Amino acid sequence: MIRTRQNLLGWGMVSPTLVVLALVVFYPLVAAMRESFYTSGQTLDADGFVVEGERFAGAANYAGVLGERFLNATFNTTLFTVVTVAMEVVLGVAMALVMHRAFRGRAFLRASILVPWAVPTAVSGLMWKWIFQADGVANAILGTQILWTADGVWAKLAVIVADVWKTSPFVGLLVLAGLQIIPAEVYEAARVDGASAWQRFWRITLPLVKPALLVAVLFRLMDALRVFDLPYVLIGPRKASVETLSGLIWDEATRVHYGPASAYGTALFVYIAVIAFVFVKLLGADLLSDVRARKKESRDAAA
Amino acid sequence: MHGKKITAAVVAGLLGLGLAACGQGAGSTSTQKPADGGRGPLTFASGKFEAEATQKIVDTWNAAHPNEKVTSVLLPESADEQRRKLIQNAQTKSDAFDVLLIDAVWTGEFAANRWADELTGPRFDVAGFLPPSVETGKYRGKLYAMPLFTGTGLLYYREDLVKQPPKTWDEMKKICAEVLPKQKGMSCYGGQFDKYEGLTVNFAEAVNSAGGQFPEVSSESAKQAARFLADGFTSGMIPKEAVTYKEEEGRVAFQEGKLLFYRNWAYMYEAANKTDGSSKVAGKFDVAPIPGLNGPGAGTLGGNNLALSAFSKHKETAKDFIAFVTSAEQEKAFALINSTPMARASLYEDPELIKKYPYLPALKEGILAAKPRPSAVKYGDVTAAIQESAYAIVSGTKPVDQALAEMQSALGPLLK
Repeated sequence: MIRTRQNLLGWGMVSPTLVVLALVVFYPLVAAMRESFYTSGQTLDADGFVVEGERFAGAANYAGVLGERFLNATFNTTLFTVVTVAMEVVLGVAMALVMHRAFRGRAFLRASILVPWAVPTAVSGLMWKWIFQADGVANAILGTQILWTADGVWAKLAVIVADVWKTSPFVGLLVLAGLQIIPAEVYEAARVDGASAWQRFWRITLPLVKPALLVAVLFRLMDALRVFDLPYVLIGPRKASVETLSGLIWDEATRVHYGPASAYGTALFVYIAVIAFVFVKLLGADLLSDVRARKKESRDAAA
Repeated sequence: MHGKKITAAVVAGLLGLGLAACGQGAGSTSTQKPADGGRGPLTFASGKFEAEATQKIVDTWNAAHPNEKVTSVLLPESADEQRRKLIQNAQTKSDAFDVLLIDAVWTGEFAANRWADELTGPRFDVAGFLPPSVETGKYRGKLYAMPLFTGTGLLYYREDLVKQPPKTWDEMKKICAEVLPKQKGMSCYGGQFDKYEGLTVNFAEAVNSAGGQFPEVSSESAKQAARFLADGFTSGMIPKEAVTYKEEEGRVAFQEGKLLFYRNWAYMYEAANKTDGSSKVAGKFDVAPIPGLNGPGAGTLGGNNLALSAFSKHKETAKDFIAFVTSAEQEKAFALINSTPMARASLYEDPELIKKYPYLPALKEGILAAKPRPSAVKYGDVTAAIQESAYAIVSGTKPVDQALAEMQSALGPLLK
């Protein structure tokens, strides 16, 4: 009796959360999926007015998923994700190691490394656009006359550079948090045992910082797969060389093609979900890894 | 797992919400008169660039109509954002805006979706306006937006280097061949060739100036127009960085003395004449109507018009207000504060205004010869199709004939 009442109480207390989740997460998701099977506002009547109401379109909206433009956008999105996340991990870890060291002016250095992350993406997009314009800083320094912001392979590079500049500090920050909980004794013990600096990094730092690093990578993957603002501001919409999936969805929605936009949105959702699932399964990124697991690991490593 | 599910859901979700809002197809607009006779206070969705002048006009109205006050709400700066905001409001049937400032190319979309009401009656007499600008307010021959602002491309040229502005493309090339060898780092001609609305404007201008016509873009005249641009880029007549130019990038290049001729809207006249050191060409340039293939060219019409929201609750007042803003008196008051060209013909003969804006006669000549961009309910698709092929032409990634054939087949079903 008491148990049932407690159960009811428990459900009662979590129900607001469930309602909010249902409203914020599931309703939009289901609504978008439903919309992806409908079409509206695409035909005119004899007097030139748009025929109102929507009609079931079956899988017609998904036809574009096999089209050149969608595949190109998928390729760009994947390329940006792989390249930028890989570079950001390397740079981010390096930044974290530097930030972690104790020296004069450390606070200043930490603050300045974080500046790019604090700049809003649209603003940093404009800033890099200024750098990459035809008579901009980039060409002046390199002594080149590259049209970075025109459609082409250079535009890809420009987006990658700007994205890595902006988000490496984010990875650095999360890794720094991971570094700070590694006890100093572990390093001491390693040093006593005669481990070189490289061995200490490879055998101690990296394994112990792995949980934090994986969280950072997972966040960055999710972020990079739905990147929109940087290519949009820096290079411009509908440019094939940098059009990402989110960019494509935005363009369709702007042109009031809500059906295809929802279909592509659903496809992007599935893509991101699959990547996240595979990532978690393969790398065992235990996002709920708690202090216990971490303590155990540090014990193991120290042993 | 939750984190990224939410992330992904938000992507899909943001879309979903927008869709859900528009999904519930619109019922017919009510035609019966409300109890207050359709009179009462209004909200006017207006442009940021003209905020000061708009407010002046609104204040004048409010002083005379204390019971029907108008509040001016500024729309976002970029045209895309403005359109999105207005469409969102229309799809939710919101009466948040009563009078809308819409771009000349949106008339068809707003009329066909029944977002804007047809404007009829003596209040909307368009006799005193420049005829091409009236056309931009019409859909299938009926007036849906009252002409307010207009404008077209002008040829800015260096008066200190060019004696007589060119009337044709060949004359322009000839002048360049004479002048440029003595000028260091100067190119002949520039326009807006980045992949955005400006490219549609520039491409349409070239086609119309060669005697071509949309949607027949595989005609011989359209081919000559496309070749003028494509060859211009390969020969260096147009600098290759012009493929990244929007209005402002090109303006800066012209002000730095890097261009002999530049195509831009009237707004640049003031900016390039500033004597605060930002412009190296202040006082050294003038404007002329744009050149064409065999004679003066035909510019592309720009501009914004006033539409009445179909969801307004105070339509009678709104109609009065639209008539008031577009009256000769108020358009002149507006022009004295803001340099955006107005649609009333009489303003181009007004000595006071000509003194303030010396380019008005050239602009009038340009506007009378100008052509609107292709009018379509799905203008977004039309302009995307034009930009796709035109960008291939100016960046040289596709042969002219192939790009035009592709444009033709994309435009065919949209402009039938």
